[in-house]
Amino acid sequence: MKAKAFSYFRAATIDQALDAHARAGDDARFIAGGQSLVPALSLRLQAPRLLIDITHINELRGVTREGGHLRIGALTRHCEMLSEPLIAEFAPLLHAAAPFVAHPAIRNRGTFGGSVALADPASEFPAMTLALDAEIEIAGPSGRRRVKADDFFLGLFETALQPGELITAVHVPLFRADQRFAFDELARRRGDYALVGCGILATFIDDRIDDIRIAFFSVGDTPTRARSAEAALIGKGLDADRIAAAQAALEGDLAPPESDEVPPAMRLHLSRVLLGRLLGRLGEGS
Amino acid sequence: MSGFEDSLLDEVDETVRIRLVVNGRKVVCEVAPRHTLVDCLRDTLELTGTHAGCEMGACGACLVQLDGRAVHSCLVFAVQADGATVNTIEGLTESGVLAELQAEFHRRNALQCGFCTPGMLVNAHELLSRVAQPSREEIRDALSGNYCRCTGYEAIIDAIDTVAKARSENGGAT
Ligand SMILES: Cc1cc2nc3c(=O)[nH]c(=O)nc-3n(C[C@H](O)[C@H](O)[C@H](O)COP(=O)(O)OP(=O)(O)OC[C@H]3O[C@@H](n4cnc5c(N)ncnc54)[C@H](O)[C@@H]3O)c2cc1C
Ligand code: FES
Ligand code: FES
Repeated sequence: MKAKAFSYFRAATIDQALDAHARAGDDARFIAGGQSLVPALSLRLQAPRLLIDITHINELRGVTREGGHLRIGALTRHCEMLSEPLIAEFAPLLHAAAPFVAHPAIRNRGTFGGSVALADPASEFPAMTLALDAEIEIAGPSGRRRVKADDFFLGLFETALQPGELITAVHVPLFRADQRFAFDELARRRGDYALVGCGILATFIDDRIDDIRIAFFSVGDTPTRARSAEAALIGKGLDADRIAAAQAALEGDLAPPESDEVPPAMRLHLSRVLLGRLLGRLGEGS
Repeated sequence: MSGFEDSLLDEVDETVRIRLVVNGRKVVCEVAPRHTLVDCLRDTLELTGTHAGCEMGACGACLVQLDGRAVHSCLVFAVQADGATVNTIEGLTESGVLAELQAEFHRRNALQCGFCTPGMLVNAHELLSRVAQPSREEIRDALSGNYCRCTGYEAIIDAIDTVAKARSENGGAT
């Protein structure tokens, strides 16, 4: 099928994009990589009157180190999450997650900001912003603001973004020598959305966990932190008993949706298996 | 400052003039914003080597090089590509960069109907230009977004693997 007719506007600056959106109101959509939006338009799940192309806005580009964090421009493409040395060094969890996002040609166009804005609960990057305690930098009609990832994902495809607001960048605290990370997902086929996926960032003091953030995706309406599992691990070393306790705690953290293909009990089981593997790897000091 | 004209909202589906460099030649096309790049290539420029299958980014039949990178031409509106450089299977074939891959696909029967082949070749070409000697696992990963419904993938992977090995034995020539 073809998209319904629309007008197209290529914005050169953030202000132009915001202004165009304000004038078209509900009838406008920003387009970044288009790797989710174009299929949605082709299926006529959406039919805006105006598409505002933000991919030529230079301010949305680039990855830079700013004090204690990395500023990742919204237009950073998925393939750049793999090739950009600053990401590999200072946000290795994102680097580890990137090969699991779709297929190479989709990674050539899809953007980090687009993925976070879309907030697909099955997507890798939105969940990783939770694990990383990232902050989302937003520009909108009423000015600029920042929202913590913990407060950003509100419901199914629902975020703290107000109509007409643009994600300009995501800020990620720099990875430190006392930290370890792990990422993996279980999928039926390479490049497919995960049945369940998880990313972990932990801070250690000697071999004890001082702080840990565990984020799951594909297990509910939003990317989800496993807070009880985190609580079960803080202050402890990663021995088999602790890992088992964290796995057991997942019951209270995750509420997988009803589905004929993957019943909730199976998804919970897969989540436990995955968590066990990742904590095992963290314990080995990966 | 704006650049945005309210009148644009009343011109939904009016055609726009775009300029592209397609297979080394400058072209100008009139496209409606809702037309995708694959529509423009096939219908307007009559470059029918790029195939449209699912038109949803799932099958890979429509892969082209856009500014040097393999992308799905069904997931890009032609207007978005205004000012860009596009290489299709026709242009890549003419330039000779695909010759070895094409010969090896032929030799190994790595196609039957051929519908998926242009996308496979565009993707294989990009893989080999990024990774000199990919493992079979890496080849599989690179092709994970390309559907072939008749041949099965072994022959395709064999063909790409063979070209990669032959190139590295020739000291990376071509
Ligand atoms: C076959 C296929 C498989 C895929 N597999 C995966 C997968 O395994 N994992 C995964 O995570 N994704 C997957 N994707 C989706 C892909 O990664 C998309 O690139 C991504 O989800 C959206 O990014 P985009 O830049 O393409 O956004 P677009 O499609 O351009 O936009 C998506 C939405 O976000 C909005 N938006 C975009 N940028 C901004 C911004 N800066 N500020 C505010 N709003 C914005 C748009 O208005 C739109 O509503 C897949 C896609 C396809 C076609
Ligand atoms: S036609 Fe573009 S991926 Fe299928
Ligand atoms: S050869 Fe027919 S689909 Fe691949």
